Amino acid sequence: MTAMRFRQAIVAALTDEMSTDSSVIFFGEDVAAAEGPFKTSEGLLSTFGPERVRDTPISEMAFTGAAVGAAMMGMKPVIEIMFIEFLGVALDQVVTEAAKMLYLSKGQYSVPMVLRASSGAGLGFGCQHSQTLENWVAATPGLKVVTPSDAQSAYSLLRAAIQDPNPVVFLESRILYAERGEVDRTIEMEIGKARVVQSGSDITIVALGNMVNVAREGIGKSGISADLIDLGTIVPWDRACVLESVSKTGRLVVVEESPHSGGWGSEIIATVISEQFNSLKSAPFRITTPDVPVPFNGELEARFLPSAAEVSRQMQEAITNNSVPKPWWIIEGVSK
Amino acid sequence: MTTSLERRNELIGSELVWYERMLEIREFEKQTNALFASGSIRGTTHLCNGQEALAVALASVLNPDDVVSATYRGHGIALALGLTSHSVLAEIMGKATGCAGGLGGSMHLCDSSVGLLPTSAIIGAGMPIAAGAALAFQIQKKSNVAVAVFGDGATNIGAFHEALNLASIWKLPVVFVCDNNVYGEYSRINVTTPIEDLHLRANSYAMPNLKVDGMDIYLVREALQGAIDRARSGGGPTLIEAKTYRFAGHSRADQALYRPEGELEMWQKRDPIKVTEDHLIKKGVLTEAKAKELQEAADKFMLEIVSKTQADPEPEIGNMFKNILKERDRD
Repeated sequence: MTAMRFRQAIVAALTDEMSTDSSVIFFGEDVAAAEGPFKTSEGLLSTFGPERVRDTPISEMAFTGAAVGAAMMGMKPVIEIMFIEFLGVALDQVVTEAAKMLYLSKGQYSVPMVLRASSGAGLGFGCQHSQTLENWVAATPGLKVVTPSDAQSAYSLLRAAIQDPNPVVFLESRILYAERGEVDRTIEMEIGKARVVQSGSDITIVALGNMVNVAREGIGKSGISADLIDLGTIVPWDRACVLESVSKTGRLVVVEESPHSGGWGSEIIATVISEQFNSLKSAPFRITTPDVPVPFNGELEARFLPSAAEVSRQMQEAITNNSVPKPWWIIEGVSK
Repeated sequence: MTTSLERRNELIGSELVWYERMLEIREFEKQTNALFASGSIRGTTHLCNGQEALAVALASVLNPDDVVSATYRGHGIALALGLTSHSVLAEIMGKATGCAGGLGGSMHLCDSSVGLLPTSAIIGAGMPIAAGAALAFQIQKKSNVAVAVFGDGATNIGAFHEALNLASIWKLPVVFVCDNNVYGEYSRINVTTPIEDLHLRANSYAMPNLKVDGMDIYLVREALQGAIDRARSGGGPTLIEAKTYRFAGHSRADQALYRPEGELEMWQKRDPIKVTEDHLIKKGVLTEAKAKELQEAADKFMLEIVSKTQADPEPEIGNMFKNILKERDRD
C-alpha cells in the first residue's frame, strides 16, 4: 500500500501498463513535456521517451482519430482529452467510428483504446469546463464507460481499461485529482463490476465518481443504514450487484452528478422497477443536479452539485415518509 | 455611470484614449492576477498582457453594431470594446453585477450593446459562429461585419479550416484575426505547427491574408481597417495574423517556465504599451510626465474598482435557473 493522490494513481497505472506492454502509447495536449495540465502524466516522457509519450497540437479530432487507427493496427493508445467538453469536436471519432469498427468488420478490427478525460464541476471553471457529459457516450453501444471514485479505483480501473480490447471512455472527476488515498498496486478491478463500499439494510445508494464520496458523507450525516454501491462502470453497468442489494433493502436512490433529465441513473431505476418491482418498499428516486448549465459563482456551483446534506435530507424523508422527496429547487420554489 | 457603448465611442479618433484603454487593460490584468493569487477569484484566469494593442485597435476600427467572437483570453478585448472594468471584474469574481450575472466567470464575457458575443472556452468555436453572423448580415443586406479573434493554437483545429473555407466560398463579411502569441497552452507554436506564418494557411482557401506586427497599434489598425473595409463592401473575408506575445503563462498559476531564456525579455522591449507611448510622444500628444500620470491614474482607478467590486452582491440562487430556454414570442 502506498499513499498517493488520485492524479498520481493515474500516473502509476499508466506507468505500470506501459512497462508491461510495449504497445501502450500515450498522447494528448501538453501531456509530455508539461506532464499534463492536471499533472496526470508526471515522469512518463522521461521514463518512456518521446515515441510513446507525445504532445499533440490542439487537434482533438486528429489525435482521437489517430488513436482509433493506431488501435486497429495493434497499438493500445491511451489519449487524454483535457476537459471532457473538448470531446465535442472529436465525438464522431469515438461514437461513430471507434464504437463501430468491430461491428462493421465482422470482428476483424478491434479498437483497444482508452480515452481519458477530466470531468465534473466544483472547481469554478465555468459552464464549458465543468460538465460530466458521460451521457454523450453512455448511449452508444460499442463503448465502455468507466468512472473511478478514489485513488485505488483510478489505478485499478485504468489498468483494466488499458487491458480491455474495446474502446473505453475513462472519466476522471476533476475535483478528485488532488485527493489522497491508499493504493495497492496488486489489487485488480474488473470493468462492469460494481463495488459495495458500505453495507446497510434500509436503502441502496448507487453513485459514481466523486458522488460516491458525497453519498458516503450523506449516509454518515443521516445515520441511516445503507448499502452504498460504487458503480464504477456505467456501460456495461453491474445489474446483478444493484438488483441483489435492492432485493435486500427494498429502496433505491441514485446520486448523479449530471442534469436531472436524461441521466444514466434513470436507466438503473427503470431496470430495477422492471426487473423486481415487487421487492420495492417505496418508489426509487434520483438525486441529481438541476437541469441548468454549471453556474460559475461559487455559492451557486456548490448548490448546483448534489451535496452530502441534500443526500442525507432526501434519504431521511424517503425512509420516514415512504415517499419520493422533492429536490431543493422545488422546495425553495426557484424552479419547477 | 458610463455605459459600454459610451466607453466604446470614446475611442473614436482619440489616440490618447487608445493609450489609456491599453493601460486600463494592463492594470486590470495585474489586479486580476493578484486577486486570483489571494484566492478572491476562483477557477481560472487567462491573462492577455502583451496583447493589448490588438484588442484596442480592433475596438477602435469596428462599429459598435459589428460583432466579435473571442476566446477565454478575452478580458482585454471585452474592456477595449467598451465593457467596464467593473462589469468584467465582477464577472470574474462571480458577482451579480458581472456582465453575465456572475454565472459565466473569467472565460465567458458578453455584451450585446457593443457586439461582444459570449466568449468561448472551446478552442476554435468562435470562428464558424462569426462566419454565421456574417452570413446573417449578408442575407439581411446589412453592411455590418463579424470578426473572429482566436489564438495561434486554434489554427490546428478543424473549425478553423472549415470556417475559412465556408467564409471564402460564400464571400462572407468576416475577418479572421489570429492573435499569434507564440504559445498554445503550454506548448510553443513550433512544437505543434509546421509553419511559422499562420496567415499563409488562408491561401488554401483563396482568402486574402497578411501578417502584422501585433505590438504596434497603428499597424494593427491599418491591417484591420483594410480587411474590414473589404468585408463591408462585399469583398469577402480576410485572415490577419497579428504577431504578439503572451507575457503571462497560459492560465492560473502557470509560470511559463518552458519559455526559452531571454524570449520574454526580448518581446517586452516591444511592449505594446511602450510602443504606443513612443508614438504618442513623437507626435507630441503625450509627454513622459503625462504618461506616468496616466499610469498612476489607471493604477488608482483599478484599485477603486477592486474595492467596489469586492463589496458587490452575489447572485441569488434562483438566477441559475434563468435563461436556459427562451419563451416563444407569440403576438
